[in-house]
Amino acid sequence: MVKEEVCIGCGLCEVYCIVEHSMSKDIIKAYRKEHPKPLSRVRVEEDRPFSFGVQCRHCEEPPCVIACLSGAMHVDEKTGLVMHDAEKCMGCWSCIMVCPYGAIRIDVSGKVVVKCDLCEGLDVPACVANCPNQALVYEEEIPKCQST
Amino acid sequence: MSEYVIVGGSVGAIGAVEAIREIDPLGTITVISAEPFPQYSRPMVASYVSGEATLEKMKYRDDQFWEKNKVQALVGRKAMTIDLAGRYVVLDRGDKISFGKLLIATGGKPLVPKTEGVGKDGVFTFTDLTNAENLRAKLKEGRTAVVIGGGLIGVSVAEALVKSGAKVTIVELRDRILNLILDEVASKIVEKVISESGVAVVTGQTVQRILGKSGDSRVVSGIVLANGEEMPCDLVVIAIGVVPRTELAVGTDLRVNNGVIVDRFMRTNIPDVYACGDVAEAYDFIFETNRLLPLWPVAHLGGRVAGLNMAGKKTEYPGGTLMSALKYFGLPVISVGMTVLEKSNGYEVLVDHRPAGNVYKKIVLKNDVMVGMTLVGNIERAGIIFHLMKNRVNVRQFKRELVSEDFGLINIPAPLRKKLFMMGD
Repeated sequence: MVKEEVCIGCGLCEVYCIVEHSMSKDIIKAYRKEHPKPLSRVRVEEDRPFSFGVQCRHCEEPPCVIACLSGAMHVDEKTGLVMHDAEKCMGCWSCIMVCPYGAIRIDVSGKVVVKCDLCEGLDVPACVANCPNQALVYEEEIPKCQST
Repeated sequence: MSEYVIVGGSVGAIGAVEAIREIDPLGTITVISAEPFPQYSRPMVASYVSGEATLEKMKYRDDQFWEKNKVQALVGRKAMTIDLAGRYVVLDRGDKISFGKLLIATGGKPLVPKTEGVGKDGVFTFTDLTNAENLRAKLKEGRTAVVIGGGLIGVSVAEALVKSGAKVTIVELRDRILNLILDEVASKIVEKVISESGVAVVTGQTVQRILGKSGDSRVVSGIVLANGEEMPCDLVVIAIGVVPRTELAVGTDLRVNNGVIVDRFMRTNIPDVYACGDVAEAYDFIFETNRLLPLWPVAHLGGRVAGLNMAGKKTEYPGGTLMSALKYFGLPVISVGMTVLEKSNGYEVLVDHRPAGNVYKKIVLKNDVMVGMTLVGNIERAGIIFHLMKNRVNVRQFKRELVSEDFGLINIPAPLRKKLFMMGD
């Protein structure tokens, strides 16, 4: 979740999200050598003096999973997280149509979507770990929108 | 006797099975599915024809889906009649299955006009995998095709055919393609993009007759338009719409209008009998009435809600609406709700149109509540608007921002953002 009052709008969450989803996982290589570099799965919305980061909330009744035409968007049986299988994605944008957070993006390839995977394999997602003012906080249970 | 019997094996049934199993891990479920395939994504059949999707990629759930969910799947079997008083379904071999709860999820079937020559070899409909297989088998480089109908399916199949190397013309009865979901501006943008990619579009015309070859009149050689113009072709694809597959319900005590009528819990008028998907007439949250909405996401949601209710978890169906996400030759388009207005009185329309970049954003409001949106080009925040529409939110305070280029959650007043999007502390 995001504590709106302490977000300073620095955009480091976006930077570290890009790095974590890059091939090299190295900030300099990701920005200098990887073309196109991956999209950030978190975005900072700003309307000075207010700002906050937005990413997938891993809804309990995820509208994106209901809307998915191919079966690519799914709830992981073990973790309960909303995950996306790029191999199955047909790029129909139905998930984008219904995500309350606008947290699903068209990949740089233009063929599939990308979204937050909570940094599979990391204990703490990169955006949270690198938030300098602890505005982004990782919590197991937060209130979310529902499709039903 | 099966506690849950589901007629149909597509997304409505899948949604229902998953929902039932969340509540009732053991109750017996029987699915009667006429189609002889594993669960596949119907909206992907166009990608299958174009070669962009394989059968493997089209699988909507894995091959063990029925087994994993302890479903007795009667695949390739057809339900012939329903006896509501006796509470059983009669199958194609005369066998009966008694049900505790029944879900009718039989879907829709392609509407075929009575055009002369419609039975010829080379005429196809296009909604399921069998059609797609047949069409694909017929396709070779340089084939010439006429697609009758410029709706969602017609334009998809036209794109697939062009990508397979065919020469394609869409014949649309009304004045523009996609006329049910796009206004003139958006329709023209799409028409321009598909035309530039090689699809010819003829509007305001119908196919009056399908011609046969001089050597073998059973094989398609062309079509004649209502204005007398002849177009040679070897393939005709009929894509003028789908109609609910209501045969099981008609003639019983079930209330049927165009589709089987269901309430906000996906219940029909008969106790323990539910319906969902293309066969059902269910609630539309924009039109605030029941209507046919033959769309995959709507069928999935309806099936899920039906399943939850069948298994005893009372769940209100939030409703669907006309909602389409499209991508024709790479151009993203999203259109939801009432975007084509027959009368403008009482509606307010906000527009941002930048022709150079194929960018178009239109929001339709009534009494400061959004009832429709069309986004072309920049679509990534569509879901935020969808969520506001679905919740019938009064947007007066931030109306101006809705069509701004970077509209986002930040434009929504904090108290509303907190209440509706669960954001903030």
